[in-house]
Amino acid sequence: MSHRSATTESAPVRWLLITLALLVLSLFLFLPLLAVFVEALRRGTDVFFAALHSPAALSAVQLTLTAAAVSVPLNTVFGVAAAWAVTKHQFRGRALLLSLIDLPFAVSPVIAGLVWVLLFGAQGWFGPWLAEHDIQIIFELPGIILATVFVTFPFVARELIPLMEAQGSDQELAAVTLGASGWQMFRRITLPNIKWGLLYGVLLCNARAMGEFGAVSVVSGHIRGKTNTLPLHIEVLYNEYQFSAAFACATLLGLLALFTLGLKTAVEQITHQRANRRT
Amino acid sequence: MKVLSHCLSALTLALLLTACGKRATSGSTLLNVSYDPTRELYADVNVAFANQWHTAHGTTLKIEQSHGGSGKQARAVIDGLQADVVTLALAGDIDEIARQTKLLPGDWQAKLPSHSAPYTSTIVLVVRKGNPKGIKDWGDLVKDGVQVITPNPKTSGGARWNYLAAWAWAAKEFNGDQAQILAYMTRLFKNVPVLGTGARDSTSTFAKQGKGDVLLAWENEAYLIDREFPGLADIIYPSLSILAEPPVAVVEANAAKHGCSEAARAYLEFLYTDEAQAMVAKHFYRPRKAEIAAQATLRLPELPMVSVDADFGGWAKAQATHFNDGGTFDQVIKP
Amino acid sequence: MSKPRVIPGFGLSLGFTVTYLSLIILIPLAALFVKAGGLGPAEWWRILSAPRVLAAAKLTFGASAAAATVSAVVGLLVTWVLVRYRFPGRRVLDAMVDLPFALPTAVAGITLTSIYAPNGWIGQYLAGWGIQGAYSPFGVFIALTFIGFPFVVRTVQPVMEDLGPELEEAAATLGAGRWTVFWRVILPALLPAIITGFTLAFARAIGEYGSVIFISGNLPMKTEILPLLIVSQLEQYKYRDAAVIAAGMLMVSFALLFLINLLQRRLNWHKR
Repeated sequence: MSHRSATTESAPVRWLLITLALLVLSLFLFLPLLAVFVEALRRGTDVFFAALHSPAALSAVQLTLTAAAVSVPLNTVFGVAAAWAVTKHQFRGRALLLSLIDLPFAVSPVIAGLVWVLLFGAQGWFGPWLAEHDIQIIFELPGIILATVFVTFPFVARELIPLMEAQGSDQELAAVTLGASGWQMFRRITLPNIKWGLLYGVLLCNARAMGEFGAVSVVSGHIRGKTNTLPLHIEVLYNEYQFSAAFACATLLGLLALFTLGLKTAVEQITHQRANRRT
Repeated sequence: MKVLSHCLSALTLALLLTACGKRATSGSTLLNVSYDPTRELYADVNVAFANQWHTAHGTTLKIEQSHGGSGKQARAVIDGLQADVVTLALAGDIDEIARQTKLLPGDWQAKLPSHSAPYTSTIVLVVRKGNPKGIKDWGDLVKDGVQVITPNPKTSGGARWNYLAAWAWAAKEFNGDQAQILAYMTRLFKNVPVLGTGARDSTSTFAKQGKGDVLLAWENEAYLIDREFPGLADIIYPSLSILAEPPVAVVEANAAKHGCSEAARAYLEFLYTDEAQAMVAKHFYRPRKAEIAAQATLRLPELPMVSVDADFGGWAKAQATHFNDGGTFDQVIKP
Repeated sequence: MSKPRVIPGFGLSLGFTVTYLSLIILIPLAALFVKAGGLGPAEWWRILSAPRVLAAAKLTFGASAAAATVSAVVGLLVTWVLVRYRFPGRRVLDAMVDLPFALPTAVAGITLTSIYAPNGWIGQYLAGWGIQGAYSPFGVFIALTFIGFPFVVRTVQPVMEDLGPELEEAAATLGAGRWTVFWRVILPALLPAIITGFTLAFARAIGEYGSVIFISGNLPMKTEILPLLIVSQLEQYKYRDAAVIAAGMLMVSFALLFLINLLQRRLNWHKR
């Protein structure tokens, strides 16, 4: 009896804890998500679809997709390279490098936008030079992309580093001994090992890239139908008293979040099954 | 190694390519950088002006809009937002652009009639339907249990007008006694539970989230609330308010660079025409033309108003006295 | 340093990592410090010790610490339930934990505000008890907890999954009760992960902007957070002041992150 009660809890305690967790999560997670959809459909499906079809919304979606399409691949390449350098090799300053990679997590999005203004704004370091050559970075697509890249910088790397750390380098070492080239080894051994982690990192990175608000808000000119990303467009609609339309656009991002989470669960299931089959 | 460096250089190139071009010297688009509550007004004005331009010149003119807090928008233009015209909440913000950049001359306000303010407005009190707290004038705002909603004067142009209007009333009430005015303002801001970052932010707090008993708002915002949220609020005209003159200006260097100086000037001059003035009245601003105001379906009442130039010594002085660090607002907000 | 490098690609991957890191993160942040560094230490002190900055710092760090603490407790509970128990809907729950990661902060802000406002779903009940949900330091705390708690779950979860039953069984055979086992065996084993999760949640909360500005009252001295103060300084054309506050925040954040990485290294070293 005492043995049993020491390795697991009694049924009532178990159910109490489960109920408590469910309660907290539903107040915290389900309710906000539900609220988005309820508010979006408050004025009926016509308003809902009209909001999604408006030219401004479409251009916002397009801009958001473009920004993500550039920044996510960039940060993916970086994430793989960084994880490779950090986990397969030992070198001085590794802890510092790890902290620097994490840094954008802790940098306020506002600062992430501000730094680009300080660099490329008309009053910034390169401002005069850019003006002379008629290149516009801030308040245009490049500024939005730079801010997004900054904010989503660590996502892939952070997902890969613990994974590759746990996997160790034994397989790679074996490959090297057998005479594989670096590229072969990466493609044949490392990539298959990390692909699901990589995919999830990319998904999270993408979700954050599409949803970023603070940083993009600082570097976007808020020009309707031109430099408003989807989150900024939502703010605009909210400020125009078009609450239903604002939430309708928010459902797009909400669905993106759900899609990301669903895909992640599926990925986990696949890896789980594989692992089970192997053992 | 090569693959990577190729990828990188391709991406850099792509970044640079998207950076350049787009709108260099086409002259067929115009960017109007404006403050928050003018969204509806310029939506109408832009269509009308584009039509008129098309008839007159046979070319299509596309007018782009950007809205946000007045100070934020001015900062964006200073930092390089390619505005061809600015239509902001107060002269001080356009002065700041002129001071920090060479984009427009220091005497910009003399370029258009009526100190470059084609429409005016004022500050009113918006209360809940039926006025349950019995708010009649500025003095009622400092009563116990009255919650006042206003944006932050540091970030919002409209909030600065609110602040000065309250100040002007207190100055009259207390015969200019500085200590009493400050005491009144302090009590007023003790009753403020939320300081929005912009005028629209505060309106949402009041109307959508149901927070507060009184909203200090632009007159045009107040009527818009009535239209967007019928039956929610009443508008109270105080015994004294302020003549708000939101100015407009061509950002000359930008317009010249984009080859649209002519269109930019014509666009702002259009605001003074009967057609645009009627739109001004329709969106609850006060037109400059008295005959248009008289024709408007909704007659905005006359009330005693102070002005920044006559009573506060102009925007530069008002800004320094009240809103810069160490100004009266900082003293008022101190706990 | 000790063993020769066998696995290739060190130079390439590290070179690329450092170059990219410099271009995207370090040089821009350097611009910030140069801007702020143009002022002497006296000026720094004057800006950072202004009452409004201090009040905002107090709220930002206080609410972040409170939120991270609650995140740690709630996160531990949720992780426990997810790892140790089997019940219908567990998988869905597990996936949902990441929602705050994936949901855009502005959407979270607007939604939380509408839920916790005086006329909102939860706000109306809170109001009945005299608690103000939105537009108060409590509102800031709610938003920051929402943002922070997945960090705790995701850092504690793998460690708890790896925790074998051996130790618990040993403790039980020695006659320890369930509570004692949790307190003396399980919690110490999880503590490093909980601290890491706490610090990540804390660091993230300090910088959070999008969700907070909607739900906070934004009152100077009362409900104004540091990132909003930075924006507010910018809008008064005070780039230097903004840069100084930003640089101050950054140094705190970096110190925090460096601390966790050191901590983790030490713990790993202990394990070996």
